[in-house]
Amino acid sequence: MSLYTLSKLLYELNRSDEAKARFQADRESFTHEFALDDEERSAILEGDIGLLYVLGVNGQILMHFAALIGVEWADYLQQMRDGVTRYGPVRAGLYAMTTRSDEKVAGL
Amino acid sequence: MTLVYSGVCSHGPGITGRADLADPALRDPFYAAFHAMRDEIAATKPDALIVLAAEHFANFFMDKMPSFAIGMGESYTGPIEDPDWLKIPHRAVKGDPDLSRRIIAEMMQTVDLTYCEEWRFDHGIMVPLHFLDPANELTVIPANINCQGPPLAPLHRAWAFGEALRRAADAVPERIALVATGGISHWPATPDSGKINEEWDREFMRRWVACDKDAMLSYTDEETYRDGGQGGFEIRAFIAAAAAAQGQGTLHFYTPIPIFAVGCTIASMEIA
Ligand SMILES: [Fe+2]
Repeated sequence: MSLYTLSKLLYELNRSDEAKARFQADRESFTHEFALDDEERSAILEGDIGLLYVLGVNGQILMHFAALIGVEWADYLQQMRDGVTRYGPVRAGLYAMTTRSDEKVAGL
Repeated sequence: MTLVYSGVCSHGPGITGRADLADPALRDPFYAAFHAMRDEIAATKPDALIVLAAEHFANFFMDKMPSFAIGMGESYTGPIEDPDWLKIPHRAVKGDPDLSRRIIAEMMQTVDLTYCEEWRFDHGIMVPLHFLDPANELTVIPANINCQGPPLAPLHRAWAFGEALRRAADAVPERIALVATGGISHWPATPDSGKINEEWDREFMRRWVACDKDAMLSYTDEETYRDGGQGGFEIRAFIAAAAAAQGQGTLHFYTPIPIFAVGCTIASMEIA
């Protein structure tokens, strides 16, 4: 029900092989270990990087979640841009977007 | 015996993880500067290398976030990231809990810190170690300043942490090398990744090389966030390394490499 709890899920997932295994085996039940609201839960279940970014997840944990679900670096950057286009500006946290959606500063 | 080396370097995961996407004309001189730093550290024959990083939720999270931490483990492991993603193989790094304990006890005379018998290294430590200790021979003591989850300790406390590190290093018989790792300006892991404020970076490093304490401590976090991005908060690590050395600095390498998401930096400071 909060950015903190959503971030905590991703933190656990990033640092624990055991959590990764439970997530891979059954995403739905894994998300129920955390008090998420519907939007947060669906963002995890759908692997919606753009929505997670807009919800304010810190990129330092989001980028590892992206890698875990098989999203390559260039796609990771693009999905965040697409998320801002679709859902609006980042709502919380420090990892706001300051470049334009069509601006690729590192060429990706 | 004393602090025998103090230096700073970048630690972005792209430095190794996205090496194949980088222009070799930019990348290879940076790697060469890293290797020169390795040789310079080796020449000081350190008994232990303290790597002061600004980690990214590998060990420390907002459930209980220490502003300052130091490792006290027998050994450490890393990277916590997928080794295929970071392109750094997994390794166990040897620590020295007895040395850690003596350093921590002395530092606690003036600063509060969290000691950690368990610590898993993320790219903040593993990327530098990959270059500075490729054969995994060094005894390492990790240290950390929270630069990720605000509220963050003010810059003057990063300075005090560095001063305490120096006093502690001088109080033990071992030879201690210090490498602080981090920013300068960067907007990592966001759509802005690759944005680099070269002017801001060069001004910060001018202050660092001169060990101009007042100028280094004059940045507000609002200014740093605006001009240096969320990654800019990692100047805390650089400031601590300057506080530990307090001599004349030398900027050995600085080049913005956007695919590495950072102005790639290698610098060191005389121990005064
Ligand atoms: Fe960092």
